[in-house]
Amino acid sequence: MINVEGLTKSFGPQKVLRELSLEIATGTITIVIGRSGGGKSVFLKHLIGLMRPDAGRIMVDGVDISRLRGRALDEIRRAYGVVFQGGALFDSMSCFDNVAFPLREKVRTPPDELTKRVEAALAQVGLEGVGPKYPAEISGGMRKRVAIARALVTEPEIVFFDEPTTGLDPVLVNTIHHLMLDLHRRFRFTAVVVSHEIPEIFEIADTVAMLHEGRIVEVGPPAAIQGSTNPVVQRFIKGEPDNNS
Amino acid sequence: MPERPLAPGLRPFDAVGGWTIAVVDSLGRFGSFFAEALAVLVTPPFKIRAFVDRIHFVGYNSLLIIFLTGAFTGMVLGLQIYLTLVRFGSEAFLGPAVALSLIRELGPVLAALMVTGRAGSALTAELGIMRITEQIDALTVMALNPMRYLVVPSILAGLVTFPLMTALFDVVGIFGGYLVGVKLLGLSEGTYFGEMQTFVDIDDIMVGFWKSLSFGVIVTWVCTYKGFNVGHGAEGVARATTQAVVLSSVLILVWDYFMGSILQ
Repeated sequence: MINVEGLTKSFGPQKVLRELSLEIATGTITIVIGRSGGGKSVFLKHLIGLMRPDAGRIMVDGVDISRLRGRALDEIRRAYGVVFQGGALFDSMSCFDNVAFPLREKVRTPPDELTKRVEAALAQVGLEGVGPKYPAEISGGMRKRVAIARALVTEPEIVFFDEPTTGLDPVLVNTIHHLMLDLHRRFRFTAVVVSHEIPEIFEIADTVAMLHEGRIVEVGPPAAIQGSTNPVVQRFIKGEPDNNS
Repeated sequence: MPERPLAPGLRPFDAVGGWTIAVVDSLGRFGSFFAEALAVLVTPPFKIRAFVDRIHFVGYNSLLIIFLTGAFTGMVLGLQIYLTLVRFGSEAFLGPAVALSLIRELGPVLAALMVTGRAGSALTAELGIMRITEQIDALTVMALNPMRYLVVPSILAGLVTFPLMTALFDVVGIFGGYLVGVKLLGLSEGTYFGEMQTFVDIDDIMVGFWKSLSFGVIVTWVCTYKGFNVGHGAEGVARATTQAVVLSSVLILVWDYFMGSILQ
């Protein structure tokens, strides 16, 4: 269970998160939607401990990670997998070594088992035989899938996806969404997905939270969000510009 | 609560105060970055593979430029010092003059400046790109300390490679001076090397060694710090790379004077 309470963050005079609160149930897929520049990525960076809030708490299984530093925070992060927006693959390493990296460095896996697990992870995302290639030699969609394989290879309990389908064509968006759903059914991790792929992302969500001007303005199952009477939610779903555009 | 606007007469003081705070803040960050690197340096696990890779990146890849600049620096020294000494009938001292200039001063400084231009800038650009493409964040969220993988191996590689690069620069430079002084201008080979043995002692070599060792730390410290704290986008990487090269070069010259006055 992840419980965010009163999360507040400012950059200079600009308030990005304003007493944001959200509960994320274990084993579910929670999608955080909202306009670009609305604070979704900042929120995600707080959840993975890359930013510290000005106020508020982020409770992960009862531990406030916003107060943790160094090894204590690393202990929590061992249960994390993160898929960054651009993939964040190490460009000096082959795809195989990218996926093998957390196994070698975090888990100290023996070489034979490591090879099996990396090949299995690449096969799960439909990329058999891509191991020897470097990230620069494969397409954007393949890079995202390698990033997903790397995030899942250590079998984490919580996986964060930061706009995993940005910049991909509709077919690839659909492929990645179904891949996420398939992997979630197999491994039962808790997934937190930041996205603005509307309405495609509703197909895989258990819960959808709408972030607007630093606050969660609506949260619920996809059907409830789509039927929401909140004008902010409706404008976003329909792609209509709001008054601030 | 909104801030009260400053009276026009106080604005210069506000600007100076703001600038001073920014300078002290960045110096603090710069220092704590090095302190964190030192703390990681002495705690296992040690990343031997990354260290060897950095030696290749900083040292081996700089061999050609060190060889070329060392040779021509020695040749220029040989020519100019010969032309000066010959006016006093003291051309026999060409060998020690070239050797002492290179070993005590020019070798460590010019080798460090060359490695800064070639490897230091590349180090900053590489780390900067890793920062803006979230590769450093990826390491952090894997519960792996980026300092251990990216900074400490570079600083250690600087400690190892800078003295070696300096030694190579010195040897090639002395040989360059030999080519001009002996082969071109007719000084005897025995005089060139014999007088060198008389005037150059281990203390001179140690001056160059300590300088090159400290330059190795300064350059890798500055370049990794700038790469780690890069701004946004390609422009941020370009600015950080320029700043790293300029700051490293200035610090090399300032520190050289400081070391030269201590290690007389």
